[in-house]
Amino acid sequence: MKRELNGRVIRSGRASGDALVSTEPISFYGGVDLDTGRVVERGHPLEGELLAGRVLVIPRGKGSTVGSWAILRLQRRGLGPAAILCERCETIVAVGTILAEIPCVDGIRPGDMETGERVLVDGPLVVLGAGEGRGA
Amino acid sequence: MHLSEAQRAVLEGDSGAAAAKAMEILVALGDVFDAPELLPVSSVQVAGVSYSNLGDEGLAYLEELAVDGRAVVPATLNPAGMDLRSPERMGLEESFVRLQRRVIRAYGRLGIAAACTCTPYMAGNMPAPGDTLAWSESSAVTYANSVLGARTNREGGPSALASALTGYTPAYGLHLDLARHPRIRFRVDAHPGGARDWGLLGMLVGQASEGQVPLLEVAGARPDLESLKALCAALPTYGGSPLFHLVGVTPEASRYPAPREVEIIDEALLEGAREQTAEPAPAGAPDLVCLGCPHATLAEVRAAAEQLRGHRVAVDTWICTSRPVKALADELGLTETIESSGALLLCDTCFVVAPLKGRYRYLVTDSAKGRYYASGHGAMDVTLLDASDCLQVAILGRLP
Repeated sequence: MKRELNGRVIRSGRASGDALVSTEPISFYGGVDLDTGRVVERGHPLEGELLAGRVLVIPRGKGSTVGSWAILRLQRRGLGPAAILCERCETIVAVGTILAEIPCVDGIRPGDMETGERVLVDGPLVVLGAGEGRGA
Repeated sequence: MHLSEAQRAVLEGDSGAAAAKAMEILVALGDVFDAPELLPVSSVQVAGVSYSNLGDEGLAYLEELAVDGRAVVPATLNPAGMDLRSPERMGLEESFVRLQRRVIRAYGRLGIAAACTCTPYMAGNMPAPGDTLAWSESSAVTYANSVLGARTNREGGPSALASALTGYTPAYGLHLDLARHPRIRFRVDAHPGGARDWGLLGMLVGQASEGQVPLLEVAGARPDLESLKALCAALPTYGGSPLFHLVGVTPEASRYPAPREVEIIDEALLEGAREQTAEPAPAGAPDLVCLGCPHATLAEVRAAAEQLRGHRVAVDTWICTSRPVKALADELGLTETIESSGALLLCDTCFVVAPLKGRYRYLVTDSAKGRYYASGHGAMDVTLLDASDCLQVAILGRLP
C-alpha cells in the first residue's frame, strides 16, 4: 500500500530514490568520503553505504558547519543523495541542501520507513511505495 | 517567519540571483529555528575561506554568486590557507596557491574584504555593544558576545555569507535574551597567569559546561586582551557555549539571574591541566613552533621580537597575525627583528587552516585551541607552553 507523509519544506523540489535510513545523525564533513560519496565514519550504522541517488533519512546532521560545503561538493560530483529527510533539521543540512539544490523535508522520522523502500519526495509530501506501479 | 515586503522581493529575485539564494538560506534557517523575523546586521565575518575545505565545487559556487552578488554591510574573512602576499614562504603547492587566490578574488568581487583574520575586532571590523552580527569564527563570535557585548550566533560560512549579501540574520538563539541567561556557574579559586592559563581555563570550563552558557567568577583577575582572546578561543573549542559571562568583563554579566549551584575550579585543577598539556611528546624533537592562535596582538608580536632579538630559531617558527597588526609591526621594525631570527611573521592564515597535514609531526604552541585542532585534524603531537617558553624551544630546538 502506498503511504503519504507530510513534512515541512526546507528546500523544495521533486526527487525519488530508494530510502537509506539511519537512526544516528551524520557528519558530512569527515564522516563521508568526498571522492566516493561513501559513509566512512567508524561504527556509524551507514558505514560503507553510498549516498548517491538515494533518499537519505536521518535524525539530523552533526559535526562541523563545513558539512554544508561538503553536501554541495558531493552533489556537484554526482555523488550526493537524491533528497534528504530529517526528523529535526539543523543549520548544516538546511544550508547544505539549499547550496546543493537537493530537496529537503523536515519532520520525517527514521522510524517512518526502512532502507530500500521506494520514496518520492515532492515539496512537503513524502510518498512511500511510490513507483512500484501497483499500489496494492 | 514573517518577511517584510522588501525582504520578500529579495527572495523572489528582485535584487538578483545571489541575493535570492542568500535570502532562501536565511528563511530556511529562520523556519528551522522558529525565528519570528529577520534582524538587520551591522557586520559580517565569513568563514569558509581555505580552498582545502571549499574544493573546486565551493569555489565554483562562490564564482557563480559573484556574478551579481554584492555585500550590503561591512564584511571580512576568516584566515585563508596561506599568507596571501608571500605564500612561497610556506612551502605550499603551486596549484593550491593559484586556487586559494581565486577564492579570495571571488570574495573580493562579492565585496568582502580580504582581511583574513580570526580577530576581526583588531582589523577594522569592530562592533559596538548591543550590535547584531553574523560572524562565523568561533573565537571571534565568543569575543563579540562575551567581551564586546554584541550579539551573534556561531554562523556557518554560507549562512554568514547570506547575511553579508542581504544585511539580515534570523532572530533566534543568542540574538534573544532567553538564550543568553547563564545556566551553569563556575568560581575560579586559582590564579591564571597569562594567555596560556586563560586558554586552559577555557578548556576546563568548556569541557565541564556541555554547551550551557557559563557564568564565571575569577576573584581579583583583570585579564588582558591576550588572555581574553585565549579564553574566547578555547571555551567553545572544548565544547562550551560561544557566550560566557565573566564577572567584571562581560557588559551584561549581572543582567540575568545567577545559577545557585557553583562549580569550583581550584589551583590543583588548573595545575593538573598545565602539567597534562605541557607533557613532552613520547619521542622526537618539535618540528614546528606556532604563536598567534587566535591572531597575535601587537603586544604579543612585540614580546616575540624582544625575545628573538639576536637569536636564531632551530625549528620552523610561525607567528600568525592580522594584516593591520603586521603593518604596525613592519613600521616598528618588529617584523625585521623576528624574521632575522629565521622565524616567520605570517598574515591572513594560521596553522589550523593551512594545509599542513603530514608535513609536521610535533607542534609546540601557547594556544589551547590550536592544540585541539593540531592534535585532532592535523594528527600532530602537541605540547602547550607559555609563549616565552615556546620561543625558548624554538631557539633551543628541543624542550628545555
